Amino acid sequence: MHTYVLIESRDPFESAEANFVADVATSLRERGRAVTVFFVQNGVLAVRPGARGSRVPRLLHAGVEVLADDFSLRERGIEAAEMSPAVREAPIGALVDLVMRPGTKTIWH
Amino acid sequence: MSTLTLALMDAPYEAAASTTAFRIIAAALEKGINVNVFAYEGAVSLTVRDQAPHANPVKGTTVAEEDHPTTKDLVGALVELGRTDPKLTWVNCGLCVDERGAGNVIDGVKRGSPADFLEMAKAASATIVIPTR
Repeated sequence: MHTYVLIESRDPFESAEANFVADVATSLRERGRAVTVFFVQNGVLAVRPGARGSRVPRLLHAGVEVLADDFSLRERGIEAAEMSPAVREAPIGALVDLVMRPGTKTIWH
Repeated sequence: MSTLTLALMDAPYEAAASTTAFRIIAAALEKGINVNVFAYEGAVSLTVRDQAPHANPVKGTTVAEEDHPTTKDLVGALVELGRTDPKLTWVNCGLCVDERGAGNVIDGVKRGSPADFLEMAKAASATIVIPTR
């Protein structure tokens, strides 16, 4: 059975397209697949608990692993204490490890 | 040895995705993973040799003070990092190069076609396609 890595690079406030990753990830979870969402670039703006309309709570509720790129967080002045507690900060090497796992499909958004 | 293939499409100096792609490539090479890159559309200009850093006349700063990074130097560093083992293979789409007059590229960059990307993806352990928006 495949596992899935979804890379979310888009600003959650820019357009309704930000629903795409949440829709795909939760649908995969409903079918029993393991899913990780890795937020990068402006995508990390969604991991702050105060981000209105963020899809992160929906992802966590569905059992999706949620990671946020450390470099992108630093660029935007978001510290670990400002992130949703269940979201883990991760280096880009962690993304490479996830992507390279056998049987993993990766989608960039 | 495992291999990661990436398709890049963003032109230089336009998208944060280029920086993220460079970071992914560097991290993979540092982990001993071979990396294939297929540069498509505007991404073929990432490796144009004629790129030059510039001063900032508005701020009155010199070229040296600006220390402006160019994508051809960033890719050049990656090519050096992946010169032997692990290996970085960077292929520019030839038709995209011709359209843009972007044929004067740095050493270590090859010319190819989308068929190369197909073969890269088939041979790779994993593939990431980073599209433009």
